[in-house]
Amino acid sequence: MAKVLMKGNEAMALAAIKGGCDAFFGYPITPQNELPEYLSYHMEENDRIFVQAESEVAAINMVYGASGSGARVLTSSSSPGIALKQEGISYLVGSELPAVIINVMRGGPGLGGIQPSQADYNQITRTGGNGDMKVLSFAPENLQETVDIVKESFDLADYYRNPVMIAVDGLIGQMMEPIDIDKPIRKIELPKKDWTATGESKKRGKRNKIVSLHLDPYKLEEHNLNLQKKYDKMIENEQRYEMVNMDKNPEIVFVAYGSMARIARSAIDLLAEENIHVGMLRPISLFPYPQKAFDSLPKETKTLLTLEMSLGQMLQDVKIASNGKHTIEFFGRTGGVVPEAEEIVNKVKAILKEAK
Amino acid sequence: MKTKTIYKPTDGLVDRDLSYCPGCTHGIIHKLVGEVLSEKGLIDEAIGVASVGCSVMSYEFFNCDMQQAAHGRAPAVATGIKRVRPESAVFTYQGDGDLASIGMAEVVHAAHRGENMTVIFVNNAIYGMTGGQMAPTTLLDQKTTTSPTGRKKIGTGEPIRVSEMLATVPGATYLERVSVHDPKHMRKAKKAIEKAFDVQMNKQGFSMIEFISTCPINWGINPNDSLKWSVENMIPYYPLGVYKDGTKEDSNE
Amino acid sequence: MSKVNEKLIVAGFGGQGVMLLGQLLSYAATEEDYNTVWIPSYGPETRGGTANCSVIISSDEINSPVVSMCDTLIALNEPSLKKFESKVKPGGTIITNSGLIKDYDYRSDVTVHAIDASQMALEIGNLKTINMVTLGAYIGAKKIFTPDQITAIFKKIFTGSKEKLIDVNKQALKVGLDAIKA
Repeated sequence: MAKVLMKGNEAMALAAIKGGCDAFFGYPITPQNELPEYLSYHMEENDRIFVQAESEVAAINMVYGASGSGARVLTSSSSPGIALKQEGISYLVGSELPAVIINVMRGGPGLGGIQPSQADYNQITRTGGNGDMKVLSFAPENLQETVDIVKESFDLADYYRNPVMIAVDGLIGQMMEPIDIDKPIRKIELPKKDWTATGESKKRGKRNKIVSLHLDPYKLEEHNLNLQKKYDKMIENEQRYEMVNMDKNPEIVFVAYGSMARIARSAIDLLAEENIHVGMLRPISLFPYPQKAFDSLPKETKTLLTLEMSLGQMLQDVKIASNGKHTIEFFGRTGGVVPEAEEIVNKVKAILKEAK
Repeated sequence: MKTKTIYKPTDGLVDRDLSYCPGCTHGIIHKLVGEVLSEKGLIDEAIGVASVGCSVMSYEFFNCDMQQAAHGRAPAVATGIKRVRPESAVFTYQGDGDLASIGMAEVVHAAHRGENMTVIFVNNAIYGMTGGQMAPTTLLDQKTTTSPTGRKKIGTGEPIRVSEMLATVPGATYLERVSVHDPKHMRKAKKAIEKAFDVQMNKQGFSMIEFISTCPINWGINPNDSLKWSVENMIPYYPLGVYKDGTKEDSNE
Repeated sequence: MSKVNEKLIVAGFGGQGVMLLGQLLSYAATEEDYNTVWIPSYGPETRGGTANCSVIISSDEINSPVVSMCDTLIALNEPSLKKFESKVKPGGTIITNSGLIKDYDYRSDVTVHAIDASQMALEIGNLKTINMVTLGAYIGAKKIFTPDQITAIFKKIFTGSKEKLIDVNKQALKVGLDAIKA
């Protein structure tokens, strides 16, 4: 299939349409504006729904409503706007509603900056909402992977009856790369949506209620245990990752995702030129964290060098996943600074020097 | 030859270049607010609240203490400040996306409570900083990046008139809509700002001055034509004038 | 498709068509089945100030999308030249508009093509084609694409009301290309 050059934000928007998105609710925030702008034109063209909400809070509540009525819904924002949505995301989880949320990450905390960042890892995986909530979350590294995951996410959201988040950094949102927008993705067998509040109670023969309130604590516990079963299923089936260069049985392995992983690939090449062979464990799912990847590391691997565009948020999950088997090192830039491959090379050399 | 200074930049503003786009009326409005605060002797103790939009950097320009608010929250932030510092002149400086979209609840409730603050509301019918999206005050048929075929009444509603709406809120004491497109209107706008701060410092309640403003960059027309466009298109829909003067009611009791 | 690994930075001030110049190359690369990444700078400096983008064109998979050191720099004004000159690899190429950048002390370890794109654009009768003149010089200097491959992209991108721009841009491309041959 012929490839087209597209900007990340627009490619994600088109992928959503191809993935069967019925409705989009969002709000302007840099660096993801091209996504709602694209949909403001193309949703109407495809006879679907677009609303620019008055705020991110309103948008996520519109998502909640539309999802409860059975639609496949999308919202997008960037870090501070995602923080605003956390209450709504908790409601989606508690009410077991599907939704797709795209986060084009920028520097923080607070208003922060508009340059690319990965400092939302905690907000995404620990979530910023109340209660025992989890959001199925992915972090693609290039536009093709992003487009494929966005398309698939609508089915995943429906399958699990849970929000799905796709986290890219500002670089991915703004860059242009050739993509095959019609590349087939796996189709998931979806259960019927007979639980939705579509206004057909008479026809259906029963009334449907979309609720997250359970005043009886034993009922609420039961509900949470059921949610845990869902999370367990995600942990069983949705761990996604890529192992790079493991055939070299590397002693040092990078752990990195998104644009940081791509930059790390260049570092791997630069180091290989000096006959230093490092590998990379690239998480593609952030929740569930790819424990299986860590379990499959070669026994020669001694050091995991975590690379992040943050002060080190995934670092904690690396330590947990490694479970004491490796030395854990960290290199990061934050505030929206994007590192160069040479900086990672220098860090590896420093680690090797200290080991001597 | 003796020289006499007949005009100098106000010390209500920091002595530095502004970072706004060429032809943007933020420059004029900043100047008028700065002049009023300075001439009334309020600038030294004033506390301004910067919002999120093109004027996000206004904390670099007003020559007083400033605090940045999250998008839309400036009236709430100003409430916190004014309650703790009632002797200071407290003002917010907000665009139409900030005030009339995400911040609608905050400005209504600050007015509702009758907070002794002054809101400077700059309405240019578009989201400037983020690249030209539709705002609640965008006119019907106006093309923006999220209303690419023109704003339609069905689905997005007619533009909202904030001054008229807030006039129905009891706690709002002084509301006036002004323009700065020529010297005559600038003088009137300055008087409006003076009145607003008088209301605040006399503890008479909430005041807001709504400025009809332009955005040459995102409207896609040059600064002069933008001023003309605002006069020909915005003012008919957003008429200038006083929408509430609660001080007159007080004097009648 | 031949072996290509080109990292390019295009810089100038907002309104000079810097972004479009870079994008056209990425579009051409996509047509020819190369891998390519175009990244705009979108920082605060772009508000009425400087604009720059980076373009990577490669016959291999592209790893880091970020360009630290580039093979070619196209600088359309002096502040941009000053800012990015040090990012050109030794042996690389710099293309500038000598109409705007005069009496500049360029590095001696790079190939410099300082063409008077302003004059050339003036002669064509459209000052807004300076970026296309420079693009012509680029394809003449680096020979990754042929003029036909670029004009094919014009036909794809300049549609509707923009269609009338195709001819003058084709002219500008040729003029820039000829300046390199000279």
